[in-house]
Amino acid sequence: MSHATINTRVAAECLAAGRKIGVFRGGRWLIHNVDISIHRGEIVTLIGPNGGGKSTTAKALLGLLRIDEGAVERAAGLRTGYVPQRMLVDRTLPLNVSRMMTLTGHHSAAEVASALGLVGIEHLADAPVQTLSGGEFQRALLARAIVRKPDLLVLDEPVQGVDFSGEIKLYRLISEIRRSLGCGVLLISHDLHIVMAETDTVVCLNRHVCCAGAPESVADSSEYQQLFGPQAADALAVYRHMHDHEHGPDGQIVAHDCDGHAHDHNHDNGHSHPDHGAGERTDAKR
Amino acid sequence: MLDDFFFRALLAGIAVALVSGPLGCFVVWRRMAYFGATMSHGALLGVALAFLLNIDPMLGVLIQGAIVVPAFLLLERYQTLSADTLLGILAHGTLALGLVIFGFMSWVRIDLMAFLFGDILAVSKQELAWVWVGGAAVLAILAYIWRPLLAGTEEEIAAAEGQHPEKTKLVFMLLIAAIIAVSMKIVGILLILSMLIIPPATARVFARAPEQMALIASGVGVIAAVGGLFASLLWNTASGPSIVVTALIMFLGSLPFGRAR
Repeated sequence: MSHATINTRVAAECLAAGRKIGVFRGGRWLIHNVDISIHRGEIVTLIGPNGGGKSTTAKALLGLLRIDEGAVERAAGLRTGYVPQRMLVDRTLPLNVSRMMTLTGHHSAAEVASALGLVGIEHLADAPVQTLSGGEFQRALLARAIVRKPDLLVLDEPVQGVDFSGEIKLYRLISEIRRSLGCGVLLISHDLHIVMAETDTVVCLNRHVCCAGAPESVADSSEYQQLFGPQAADALAVYRHMHDHEHGPDGQIVAHDCDGHAHDHNHDNGHSHPDHGAGERTDAKR
Repeated sequence: MLDDFFFRALLAGIAVALVSGPLGCFVVWRRMAYFGATMSHGALLGVALAFLLNIDPMLGVLIQGAIVVPAFLLLERYQTLSADTLLGILAHGTLALGLVIFGFMSWVRIDLMAFLFGDILAVSKQELAWVWVGGAAVLAILAYIWRPLLAGTEEEIAAAEGQHPEKTKLVFMLLIAAIIAVSMKIVGILLILSMLIIPPATARVFARAPEQMALIASGVGVIAAVGGLFASLLWNTASGPSIVVTALIMFLGSLPFGRAR
């Protein structure tokens, strides 16, 4: 696993690709004519409105859904780590965190401990999964996926149930995982603001690919502006520089060195744009 | 000793309990109690088929399972109806079909009560051998698919990470049909379901790991079988129901330990 090619993406191995894929269910196309590919070391972020087919696309790539059109290719022997949007361990199943992490593969106690350490919940190794809080469980799911040392990590809205500062930490963690494992990452998000800073390719989905490319080009795209409104595009420009500051425990901004970009928007309501998808998470999903 | 009907009954009850404990854990974890009920209702169709084809009732129940299980999985995949609706259709449809077929065979008289509630005190040496051999086979297959079956409780993750949860689920469902087939003579098709559910439910509060829960469930089942049989001897009660009532008492006794922490 070479780390040298991560940001340049020169001749990186293609891990999974969908060519003109379509999924037809209940008399309509959930997704149609979608082109997407994830290379080793690349972070691809899927964005778009609810019902835009983000999860459907990811599931089609993983082979969880039958596609009705196009083709899905996965690298031979691809090792996948999957963090689904929802997972509910039945209360009757006595399962602690480290056991949950070894359900789909054998991993040593040391490997489990180090994965838990990476996501910051090593103290919860023996805790029954049903006793975890939403954020802890999300981290445990992430640890479960990365202990497999996957070639491809697929995260379906990993920041749900996580507060704003936790969200930033989680995104940093994901980019750290990418560096240390050299894996490709497919991230599904309502939230462009922070992902933008870390992501290599953004694919904006609304049943079809509205636009795709490096973060800047998405923010500049008129199609994207149409989908989310101009505020989101503004916010994106600012959020690209999130790594310039940190958030205190109360969500307040602790500035480092501002490099001239205006941080003039209000972070307290930065996640409540009512007219686009990003705001829904903070209000609806808790 | 095997000439003693009570000893044979004990051995038969223990065998059913040992197998239904671990198997029943998955029924509970995967919320498949209604599927178990469907399989046991369908067993009547299996027995009717056996009479029609002049084969062993056990084989008839297995054949019925081998038809109904894949049918259910296909319907679940390609129909918009929910799983419990489909199971409801299959459960009562197969039961009614079985009874109708019996109606056509005027030369056959079956003891429905024995069929529903079993007659453990009448178990023959041959039937005893069947339940031990069949039970051991079911347990061996369950042990073999244990890990993927457990991983398959989170079906999407397992499938995304290169496993085949649908296949292990199919095998598991056929195992349920098999345990019903070998034990219906003993505890009856209605009571086998309770042996699949009550001991695991009792074991839950004492277990810290899945395997622990399976072992405890088997233990609870064995105690219920032995205790129930002695109770039926003592008070001259129906033996199958006495086993289930003993299990029920143990379940009730476990409740105070299981208050949501």
